Amino acid sequence: MYVQLNHITKKFEDYEAAKDVSLGVEEGRMAALLGPSGSGKTTLLRIIAGLEQQDSGDVLIDGKVVNDVPAGERGIGFVFQNYALFRYMTVYENIAFGLRVQKRKKEEIDARVMELVHLVGLDGLERRYPNQLSGGQRQRVAFARALAPEPSLLLLDEPFAAIDAKVRKELRLWLKNMISQVGITSIFVTHDQDEAVEVADEILVINEGRLEQAGAPIDIYKNPKTSFVAQFIGSSAVLSDFRGLKGFEDVPAGRQAVVRPEFVEAFKSDNEKFKSLIADTESGVITNIAFRGSYLELTLDVNGIQLTTNRSLERRPVHVGNPMCVLIYRAYILDGENTRIYENRRLEGVDVESL
Amino acid sequence: MKNQKKSIVPTLLIGISVVFFVVMLVLPLVIVLYRSLKDGLALYVKAITAPNTLSALRVTLIAASIAVLVNTFFGLCAAWLITKFEFRGRQVLSTLIDIPFSISPVIAGLAFIMTFGRMGWATPFIDWINSTFGTDIALVFSVPGVVLATIFVTFPFISRELIPVMQAQGNAEEEAAAMMGAKGFTIFRKVTFPHIRWTLLYGIILCAARAIGEFGAVYAVSKTRGQTFTLTLEVDALYMAGGADSITQAFAVSSLLVIIAVAILLIKQVVEYRAKRTEEA
Ligand SMILES: Nc1ncnc2c1ncn2[C@@H]1O[C@H](COP(=O)(O)OP(=O)(O)O)[C@@H](O)[C@H]1O
Ligand SMILES: [Mg+2]
Repeated sequence: MYVQLNHITKKFEDYEAAKDVSLGVEEGRMAALLGPSGSGKTTLLRIIAGLEQQDSGDVLIDGKVVNDVPAGERGIGFVFQNYALFRYMTVYENIAFGLRVQKRKKEEIDARVMELVHLVGLDGLERRYPNQLSGGQRQRVAFARALAPEPSLLLLDEPFAAIDAKVRKELRLWLKNMISQVGITSIFVTHDQDEAVEVADEILVINEGRLEQAGAPIDIYKNPKTSFVAQFIGSSAVLSDFRGLKGFEDVPAGRQAVVRPEFVEAFKSDNEKFKSLIADTESGVITNIAFRGSYLELTLDVNGIQLTTNRSLERRPVHVGNPMCVLIYRAYILDGENTRIYENRRLEGVDVESL
Repeated sequence: MKNQKKSIVPTLLIGISVVFFVVMLVLPLVIVLYRSLKDGLALYVKAITAPNTLSALRVTLIAASIAVLVNTFFGLCAAWLITKFEFRGRQVLSTLIDIPFSISPVIAGLAFIMTFGRMGWATPFIDWINSTFGTDIALVFSVPGVVLATIFVTFPFISRELIPVMQAQGNAEEEAAAMMGAKGFTIFRKVTFPHIRWTLLYGIILCAARAIGEFGAVYAVSKTRGQTFTLTLEVDALYMAGGADSITQAFAVSSLLVIIAVAILLIKQVVEYRAKRTEEA
């Protein structure tokens, strides 16, 4: 393991933000700390970075215990949640900061900064100040600044939280590619499953200061080990044959897919709101209805495939055996190590989120 | 704002404010200047070049400069500690800083006499220093005493300006710098300082203005006219002397203080304007 936490605990006054957390991330991997807001993800990241001191337990980087190594000497690049760019420095000076601290030669600094500016695609913006940049550009600067001193570990705290929903998807892929291009071991924090699934090789699910489960995205969807994970992830369907479904005909053969309940919509054939989409739906039958407090969980049989969806209690009542029109917006397609989010082809141009 | 029907309230409020402003602030200052020049320029020049006046001007400037220097240093340290670190007693420190705001300056001055005066508890220590090093330090009824009293009274001005600004700024940029290996002073110089430049200058101006105008605390620790008197004490002494000439002289010396105050106000305006400009840029 390249990064390892052994029995980490941390209290803020009376509040236990980390409860005996042990985890590891292998060299060259990209791990996501995934969990609801307030679960202690940032605290763990800051403990790894040395910005916060654990009450007990060890932090190991590359096999060495670094408990007493100051943050600046751990060889870690950190991308802060709101980027924390130096407001009174230009893009160039921001990226050069770490190199100047190391007292590198002027030509060397210049070469490295320009290399990074080019790598992250900010050519020509070196003289700008952070407040003259868009959210996405700021993220790129923060990324370049963290990488400039050639750290061996990159930590990112909610790297997409400050970015417009519209460009977020694009940036996720950009960041993933960028990190695999650089080949640096990385850990990022997120509360967004889509983000974790799409960007990370490995997901560490955190809840109330505990590590609930660690593993590849598919393992977590296939066998949630704790009731929290099962609930947080939702009763997802893991499918091996997918191509019969409308809108997913061109998914290559032999790929597994995960369909989360949020990705499925089921409605009766006389539904007014979804009338225009009926041609794109599959027909299914309700096989089970479970009451989940504030909503119903429906299990549907669609040509032999079991899918689940959540139904608001305010909608019309449904019964086991009712035929339903079933619409699948999207799925996670597993492509070897990678997971991609695949949108239903037939819904292109339809604003699915607003339905 | 929308073009609503004219109301009398704003006009009335503006009117009251203007009258109040003129009667309470402008008129007294104009009268000071008028009275100081009433008996002719010759007397004015004579008053402000009198040995006692020049000595008082010197003491005032010395006390104000040292107070500004010392309080800039300690104000920065205190604000930095209070806003960027978590430690036991942080709240206590934050409260202690405000003591000079809540204690009457005269009492502060008297406390100095109690501490450093002939019967004060620090006196044996000062005597020991004097006899060991052959020095002749006296803290009360001397210029160092005036300086100390001035420092005490103006202590909170700079830190109180800095603390809210540094608090609002948060720690993220400092942490980012620390992650890249920067150490305390480098972080302060390159990351924190650019944020607080204008605020610091503003605090310095307020501190200087207050130091120059201080009366109560220095009144308690300064007793020798022509040696340890500041401008405010000199004005008081001239005025209390009661002769027609000496009252005119008191106004002349006061006019010096008014001129200094107006100059400081102008500098403050410029600083505020520049600060706003850099904010917007
Ligand atoms: N410096 C701090 N002082 C007190 N409580 C804190 C501090 N930092 C975090 N916490 C608390 O610890 C818990 C976990 O916080 P955090 O690690 O930021 O969660 P997450 O990043 O998962 O949203 C929260 O309840 C938060 O209020
Ligand atoms: Mg967080």
